[in-house]
This record gives sequence, structure tokens and C-alpha cells, in this order.
Amino acid sequence: MKLLEELKYAESHEWVKVEVNKAYIGITDYAQDKLGDVVYVEMPEVGTIVEAGDQFVVLESVKAASDVYAPISGTVVEVNDELEENPALINESAYDAWIVAIDMSLPEETDSLLSAEEYKSICE
Amino acid sequence: MARYIGNTNDDRDKMLEDIGCKDIASLFKAVPDSVLLKGKLNIPEALSEMELVKHIKSLSDENFNTDDYTCFLGRGAYDHYIPSAIDQLILRQEFYTSYTPYQPEISQGTLQAIFEYQTMISELTGLPVANASMYDGASALAEAAVMSCEATRRNEILIANSVHPESRQVLNTYAKFRNIIVKEIQYNNGQTDLDDLNAKINDNTAAVMVQSPNYFGIIEDVEAISEIVHKNKSLLTVSADPVSLAILKSPGEMGADIALGEGQPLGNFLNFGGPYLGFMAVTEKLMRKMPGRIVGQTSDKEGRRGFVLTLQTREQHIRREKATSNICSNQALNALQATMYLTFMGKEGLKEVAKLCFNKSHYAYDQLTKTNKFKPLFTAPFFKEFAVTSEKPVNKLNEKLLENKIIGGYNLEKDYPELKSGYLLAVTEKRTKEEIDVFVRKAGE
Repeated sequence: MKLLEELKYAESHEWVKVEVNKAYIGITDYAQDKLGDVVYVEMPEVGTIVEAGDQFVVLESVKAASDVYAPISGTVVEVNDELEENPALINESAYDAWIVAIDMSLPEETDSLLSAEEYKSICE
Repeated sequence: MARYIGNTNDDRDKMLEDIGCKDIASLFKAVPDSVLLKGKLNIPEALSEMELVKHIKSLSDENFNTDDYTCFLGRGAYDHYIPSAIDQLILRQEFYTSYTPYQPEISQGTLQAIFEYQTMISELTGLPVANASMYDGASALAEAAVMSCEATRRNEILIANSVHPESRQVLNTYAKFRNIIVKEIQYNNGQTDLDDLNAKINDNTAAVMVQSPNYFGIIEDVEAISEIVHKNKSLLTVSADPVSLAILKSPGEMGADIALGEGQPLGNFLNFGGPYLGFMAVTEKLMRKMPGRIVGQTSDKEGRRGFVLTLQTREQHIRREKATSNICSNQALNALQATMYLTFMGKEGLKEVAKLCFNKSHYAYDQLTKTNKFKPLFTAPFFKEFAVTSEKPVNKLNEKLLENKIIGGYNLEKDYPELKSGYLLAVTEKRTKEEIDVFVRKAGE
């Protein structure tokens, strides 16, 4: 299981990369491995307002369709169009394949996210 | 019943013994005594098979059927000719189950038949992805409304009131429990009123739903509607008579996102109202939102062609309460019958059926309005069904026709109180010139 020290993690298996007030969100290497080959990503619309814990993305793999939850609150400002053409990027490189970017409304929420080490312990 | 159940008394005793019951009564001892029936049921004595067949036959003879009567009634169910081979082939035991396969990949033949069906529906509708069929045209329409709301994340449906009233009823039932708002668009000269559409469409309109040919048989200006709908980023659903698609522009060509309809005209018997099948096809963009089963073509590990149920992740056995719909079934036997029909007719055959329907209905319309006892209700173009107003009360007229072994048209006033003495007639390829002439003479008397 690959983890990056500089990222924050959610118990529901998303990673968060904070850039000033913007947060890029993807799913962890652990999650992509459990899902199997991702064949489709159902994106939210840019402009959608989400609260931490909202289901906002659906990942369809050969096994199942699974929900991705917003780890933090804010407004969806970008979606990764590349995944529309090539959803397998999530399997190839989970930490490069960001799914959406959120303009955070409550940046302090990131404090309650998990560190790489904490996340590792819940996956074991 | 003994003859239908293979167990002998000895078999039964052995089974009871094996599960540790001494007799049938002890098997049912969990049922409280107070609710157990004692004595005989208050029903007549059983008939012998011979008596029963005679009795049922006498009951069924009270029906008016299209073998003995000449039918000019349509309204969603049409008396088309069905090649006799279909009647025979549909009884083959490999096919004669109405059910969608639950261990699908073992039933390659069934899957291939469904795949062929989907391919034909896709060609007819001009849209790339078709499902394995829905319960009927009305439920297909309601499912399309739900899908449109999901896909657009809006919750208002605009439906033309020239769509079949029963389909609109089913839509309203679905909508009621899903917080979907349904509004109707008025008709003008029998066609969807574009001004009314323009006035009612808004940011919350998920879909605009029309039927073409519509309930009055009239061909809608789908392209004009499509322009308005797509400018508003809403989805367009077109419900169509599949036979008409052989000669009319397909919904896909005219900009529909979803095409659907009642599949009965494709080789399915009238069956006094059902079972029928609904067909549905969508754009590639909506593929993952489409309800129902989809069969896909693939190849096995040795490279041989094979068929599978595909995109199942949308369905409730995987997606649970978040499934795209709770339709995990299809009308397999009816869809197969439609497939056989399309195969027997072929592209040219279906075109011929459609042209005959068109020509004969227009002949009937001309002859009927010439009598001066009937006046055109609308002037917009129609396909195989048309509306007129009758000088005579419609019920009286139909009674008289029935005495002459003719099933007359439908009283439009029942659905549209403003259409006084409105009379809806359907003329299929089965009607001969002579039958039409007799009908016109009797109706015009």
C-alpha cells in the first residue's frame, strides 16, 4: 500500500491535497486496489456545493459502483476531465489522479483529517 | 389435481417420515386452529376437463375478437398482421419462459436473442444504446422521466398532453413518490403547442416528453421541440410507434436523448391489453443512467463470440438503494416476439407495413370526411391513426357498427372533455379496401 506523507486522508478512503484554499481530492491506493479496474467516474457538476460527508462522486469498477464522499466542505471548482476518457488512471497512479477540486468553505476541517500514518493504521 | 402432481401417496408418506411428521395435519400444526378451514370450501363442484373446456370456451366467445370482427380501434394497441411462423416459434421450449435469466451467461441463446433485439431497437430509434425491454410503453416513459431527473439533477417534467393519457397517469404515479413535479403542455391543432412549451420550460425542467405519432395519431414537429429543449439544457424524450419509424425520421436523428414506446405493434398479439413490452434507447451519455438490463457482446478466452449482461453495476443487486431503477427484469418473451417479427419482415417489409398503414388510413380519412357525417378534428399530418368529429353520438355509432361486426373507434371525449364527439380511428395494413368501404358506408348511414 502506497502512501504519501504530504497528503491528508479520510477514513472513507479519500486523499486530500491542500493548495492554499483549494483542496484536490482523489481515492487512496488502498481503495483503488480494493475496487479493481475503474471503468467510469461519475463527476459532480462544477459549482456543486458539498458538505463534509456528502456522497459526491460515483466510481464504477468491474465489480461494483462505489460512492466517494467529500472529506471536506466547499464548492466543486474543477473536475478532472482526463478521467472521463481514461478512468484507469485511478488504478495506475491513485495519487496523481485527482478527481475533483474543492474551494474549501471550512479550511479548519482539514485538521481533523488523518495523517498518512493514522490512515495506514486503519487500513491494517 | 392428482394428474398434474407426480407424487404418489407412498412418496408423500416417505417425505413426511423423513422430516418427522406423522401426517399432513402435523406438518401444518404451526397454523393456529382458529384460522384453519374445516369442512368444504363454499364453491361449486369441480368440473371434468371436458366440461371445463366447454365452459371457458363459452366465456371467451363473449369477447369480440379481431378474427371475427373488423377492427378500427387503436389507442396504443394495434391490430397488425402477425406472420404465422411467429405463433409456432414462440412456443419453442428454449424460449417459452417470460423471465429474464438470473444465471444469464449460461443462457447464451436467450442473451443473443436479446442482443439482436437491442440492435434492432437501436437501429429503429436512431440511438446507440437500447435495453433488453421494459414492462410496457407507459412504464418506460415513467422510467425515462426518473432517469432525466437523475441525469440533469432537476426535478420538473414537462409532458405534452397529446401523450397517451394512460402513460401520463403512470408517470404521475411514479412522480408522486419521488418529488418530481409534472406539468403538461397544451396541444394546438392536435400538436404540441410550441408557445406553451416556451412559456413553461425553465431552469428546473429535467425533460420534455412528447409522443410522435401522438395520441391523436399526429406527427409532432420533434425537431422544433428539440431546439427549444436543448437550448434549455433539458433532455428530450420521444415516445414513438415503432412501425412508424420505418418511414419517419428516427427520434435520434431529430435530437431525442431518449426514445421509447409501446412495442406491441411489433408482432405481439393484442392479448386483450397485455402482456406487452416497452422499448427504450438512449444516447451514449445516458447509458449508465438507463434502467433495465443490457446485454453486451464480448469474446471468451478462446476468442469466440459470446454474450453477457453488462453494466450491471447500475442495478439493484449491486447498487442497492442507489440503483438507477428497480427494474431488473424485462419482457423477454415479448421482446423475442418483436425480434422475430422484425426479422421476418426485414427492413423492406416493415417499410411496406408502414406505407400501407399510412395509405389506408388516409384513404379511410378521405372517404369518411366525404360523407359529411364526419368532420376533420385537426389538420396536422398523421400516420395510421386520426381523429374526426362524429355527427352521431359516438356510443350509438359504435353500437351500430358492432352489430355489423365492426369494432369502431374511440370516444375522445372520455379523455379530453373539450373534444366533443371526437372519434379516434386506427387503420392498419390488415384493413382491406372493401372493409374500409363497408365501414364508411355503415358509419355514414
